[in-house]
Parts: sequence; structure tokens; C-alpha cells
Amino acid sequence: MSKKQKKVLIRIIITAVLMVVFALLPVKGTARLLLFLIPYILIGYDILQKAGKGIVNRQVFDENFLMAVATIGAIVLGEYTEGVAVMLFYQIGELFQSMAVGKSRRNIADLMDICPDYAYLLTEDGEIEEVDPEDVEPGSIIVVRPGEKIPIDGVIIEGEASLDTRALTGESLPRQAQTGDEVISGCISMDGMIKIRTTKEFADSTVSKILELVEESGMRKSKPENFITRFARYYTPIVCYGALALAIAPPLVRMGLLHLTPEWTDWIYRALTFLVISCPCALVISIPLSFFAGIGCASSNGILVKGSNYLERLSNTKTIVFDKTGTMTEGVFEVTQISPAEGFTEETLLEYAALAEQFSTHPIGLSLKKAYEKDPDASRVSDVTEEGGAGVTAYIDGKKVAVGNERLMKAEGVVSEKTEEAGTVVHVSADGVYAGHILISDRIKKTAREAIAGLKKAGITKTVMLTGDNRAAADAVAKELNVDEVHSELLPADKVEKVEELLQKQNEKEVLAFVGDGINDAPVLSRADIGIAMGAMGSDAAIESADIVLMDDDPAKIVKAIRISSKCLRIVYQNIWFAIGVKLLCLVLGALGIVNMWAAIFADVGVMVIAVLNAIRALRVRE
Amino acid sequence: MKKTYKIEVDCANCAAKMEEAVKKTEGVKDCTVNFMALKMKVEFEDGADVDSVMQSALKACRKVESDCEIYL
Repeated sequence: MSKKQKKVLIRIIITAVLMVVFALLPVKGTARLLLFLIPYILIGYDILQKAGKGIVNRQVFDENFLMAVATIGAIVLGEYTEGVAVMLFYQIGELFQSMAVGKSRRNIADLMDICPDYAYLLTEDGEIEEVDPEDVEPGSIIVVRPGEKIPIDGVIIEGEASLDTRALTGESLPRQAQTGDEVISGCISMDGMIKIRTTKEFADSTVSKILELVEESGMRKSKPENFITRFARYYTPIVCYGALALAIAPPLVRMGLLHLTPEWTDWIYRALTFLVISCPCALVISIPLSFFAGIGCASSNGILVKGSNYLERLSNTKTIVFDKTGTMTEGVFEVTQISPAEGFTEETLLEYAALAEQFSTHPIGLSLKKAYEKDPDASRVSDVTEEGGAGVTAYIDGKKVAVGNERLMKAEGVVSEKTEEAGTVVHVSADGVYAGHILISDRIKKTAREAIAGLKKAGITKTVMLTGDNRAAADAVAKELNVDEVHSELLPADKVEKVEELLQKQNEKEVLAFVGDGINDAPVLSRADIGIAMGAMGSDAAIESADIVLMDDDPAKIVKAIRISSKCLRIVYQNIWFAIGVKLLCLVLGALGIVNMWAAIFADVGVMVIAVLNAIRALRVRE
Repeated sequence: MKKTYKIEVDCANCAAKMEEAVKKTEGVKDCTVNFMALKMKVEFEDGADVDSVMQSALKACRKVESDCEIYL
């Protein structure tokens, strides 16, 4: 509790005690008024002061002013206890609100505790110096000891360590990193001491980017937030004029038209009850608080949401379109099948392919070399020629070997075997004789299937996969994952077109989200209603172009993000209906004279407390 | 030009009022207040003198909420 809050608490306690004691004392008349003025001034002096300033500044619909009018009115009517009580409960509500907000602010700050306070810079004469991360220039060498945060993005030049990435990705499994690996700021080195050559400035490092993003997220407001701001602007004046009308009109009508006693006191009392419920605080605080908590919850799970409007849209998502490679599959190619033709063995087939492709840096070539396991002997190979996207030809042990697609085989005058397998097929021929084919395919991510099933459960009605891969490979993955629709053999521009087509088909309120790796699908990410980039650790491009960023590349996080968003929005709407409902009810009952000031202030503060507690629920989501 | 300031304010409604007040200040193109992060982001008109604009913005805020603070 802050000093300010403690002071208010003490005032609340003293006032409460005084109020009860004085209420029991058998004092009458002016003495009683003077007695009650003590707790009233004690609890309300700051409000009265602010109300005074409000009048000077012509802020008539300021809640302080309204509280002042309501309580002074009550005292003038002789309801001393009520006047003090209204002020007391108002202060209790305010205190609770500031404590709750402060607590969730701290909670979220803890979740986002990734900002390093210092960096150990290795100077030219071999000394280690503690410096501010902002003063470290790119290309410097920094030392990170076990248990410390990596302050700046860079490459390990010495040592190895397991890195705890939980603060960034929500993933509890540590990641191994050794010399030559790129590491990003915000990770904690758990066991080893490592030296890092920094590649970026602190301001461009992952940690700074993430913190900036989270701080900015509150700036993009959602529809409920805008609604509440507008509502608050009209609610208070309407209630105030309502109170004024209630105080004047019925007594005049009674007198003038019905020839009854005007009963001024009764109607003024009812009007004052109106003023007590005129503050829109419960709504104004609980809605942004819910979004703040929801975004905080997402961040702690490695999901960065760039604004509450995106959280809102995500909760309405009905169609999810995703890219195949790198999103649902690892994007790592592996030899999955070796089918030699007659007269060749698996070993020779793979050996030819690996030797011919040994200088290639293409993923296909790399996967062949990896499958070969041995170091390819360069002296056995000569005259390697790249055949423009179709493959390579080379002389191996004097034989002319061609490794590539069907087109290359045709050019070599070889009849290749037709295959219907899913993946990339590499054909091999030796001296004009077909030697067989090797199948290279991408591995589906472990959690991909589960993620698609989870999406369906979370209310997504349509899952669509887009890919540049061939049809067989795409269909196989689609079947394995159980997605509804698949479009294959697309160029990047086709993907945008497909997404536009899907956007047109859906009805206006539905939302389409696109999930990609953010590297070459930036146009699609920005075209979709929501762009979700995945595996964004260290990728600036993805962070820039997407609305929601998944720090690691686990597709199950998409489901989690949707669950967080629906919970958050559910809470937001509960709070809106609940708070507005109770206030309207109190207004009606107050006007009818059924509810007195006590009940009104109880309801008002109670609604606020419940709404705030409800909002805080958005911080947690079930596993 | 955009600038972000740290602010101090007690209630969400007051934060919204501050936002309104700053928006109406001359030289300010747009303003958003994030009550949760206690940050105010101000977008200035081209060629506006940031210091003097912020001084009058602070004055305007004090009018709607007497105990608020903008850390300039």
C-alpha cells in the first residue's frame, strides 16, 4: 500500500468508528449536526476541496462535485448518518479501486520482467566493466554469467549454456545454445558463462521491442472501451439532469395539478439518491482493466498482442488461414524415403545424390548431405553444373550423374518413375540410366494436430491451409492435420488473392485470422483481419507486420491466444451488462422511492468491487 | 512528431478526461492516455513547439483533474 492509500485507510477507519458512536449518542439538534460534521469533514475534505476547484474550472459533472452535492444535501435534509456514510463508502470504493489497479499493474510488470539493468562489457584490455545496456555498441563483446539475463541480441563467441526463455515465450523447457548460435535478449543463462558479440543496439534488441509493444498496446482501444468512454460522457449529465427533474417536477405537479402537498423533502431525497449513483467509475475502470489483464496474461504466455482491439477481434475469429511451411510444419527438410531402381542400392543412390549436391546450400541439398551422414569426398566429383532450378549434373567416379526433378530427367533422356508421394521428389540418373528417387519431406510439428483440434473446440468454424508446395505434399499434410480446406501450389501473390476471396465469402461480423512465419508473408498478414506471426523471436519483420506475435513457433499457442481473448471479452461484456444493469435498476428504484441512499451507495461501490475483481480474472487462463 | 510521457492520475475516468483536454490543446494533433500503463502519447502538429504545447496541455489537464501530473 502506498502512503497515500494508507492515509485514506486510516481516515476510513476513524470515520467509521466515529459514525457508529455518534449514531448511538442521544444528542439532538445542532449539537448532533456539529458532531457529525467531524467525521464528515475528516472523510470528505479532499472531495469537497476538489469539488470547489471543479466549480472554479466549470467542471460541473465532476464526480467530486456530485458527491459533495449529494452528501451536503443529505445533511441539510437532516440525514446526517447517510451523508457521512455515502462519503465513507465512496472513499472505500476509490481506495479499493486504486489498490486493485496498482496490484494488477505490478503483476503485469512482474510478468514482463525481462528488462536487463546492466551489461558486462569486455573491454579491449580484457577487463570486465559493468555498463548500462544502452551504452553498448553493436559489435562489442559482453559477458553473461550463470543466472543473468542476456541484455542485448548477439551471437555466442565462447561458451555454451542452457537458456531459460520463459519470460519471452512462456516455454518452460530450456533451450541449448553454443558457440556460433544467435541468442536474443531477455533469455536467462542458467548454467554456463557465455561471451556474446552483440549484433544490435539495446534499443533494437528483442527486449526493447517487446516492452515497447506491450506499452503501446493500451493505445489501440477496442470497441467496448470506446463505448464506455462515450457512455461515461453522457451518463453522468443525464443522471444529473434526471436528478434535477426529479427534485422539481413531481412536487410541482403534485401542487399544481393534483392539489396535494408537494413533499419537497421526499423528492429531493430521491434526487440525491440519483446523484450517488451518477459516477460511471465501475465501468470506466473495469473495462480497460480487463483488457490490460488479458494482454498481460497473453504476454506471460509468449503471445504479444499489439492492442486491445486485436484481442477483441481475435475473440470473434471464425476462420483461421495458415501457411504450411514453418507454421504447421517444421520447415526443415528430411529424407524420408529412398527408392532405388533395379540394379541400384539405397546406399549408392544416396551417395550419388549427396556427392552431386555437396556444394549446394539449398535446403534439399542440405537434407541429402545430412542423410548421407559421411563427409562427401570432393575428389570423386568433377564438373558440377547447376541446371537452373531443375537440379545438378556432375561427374562422379567418371560417370555422369544427374540429380533433380522430372524435367532434368527428360533432358537427360531418362524415363523417370512416376510418383504420387507427398513431398519433394529427387530423381537420380547415372550415365543415362534411371537410378531411382529420393523423397524429401517436411516434418509436421508435434503440436500441430492438437492445435487444429483445439481451434475447432475454441469455436473456429473453418481452418484453411495455404501453401506453395505441390498438391500431393499439401493434401497429405492437410489430411494428417484434419484441416477443412487446402490450397496448394500458390505463389505469394496468390495467397493474398485467396485470403481476399475468403474475406469476401464470410459474413461481416466474422473475423479471419492469418497465421504465418512473418518472413515472406507480410502482405497476407496485413491483408487479413488479424495477422498472427509465429516464431518471431528475433525477427523484426514479423513483429512489425503482425497484429499478434507468437514468440515461439508452437501452433498450440494460437489456441491459447483465442482462449485468452474469449475469456477476456466474456468478462468485458459481463461487466458492461452487470454494471449498467445494476445502475439502471438503482435509478428506477431510487426514483420510485423504494431504494434509499444507503442501498444506492452500497450498490454503487459493490458493483465496482465485483467488476474489478471480475476483470482481474482475465489475468489467468486455464491450462 | 510523437512523444510519450509518464503520467500520474488516480482514476480511469479522470484519465479519459485528461485525454480529452490534451486533444483540445492547440498544437496537439492527437492524444491517447493509457491509464493502465500510466502513459500518455501525444502527437504534435507539424512545427508545434513541444515544450510550450505541453505546458498548456498540463494546464488544461489540471483544470479537469486537479491532482494529476504529466512528467515532462
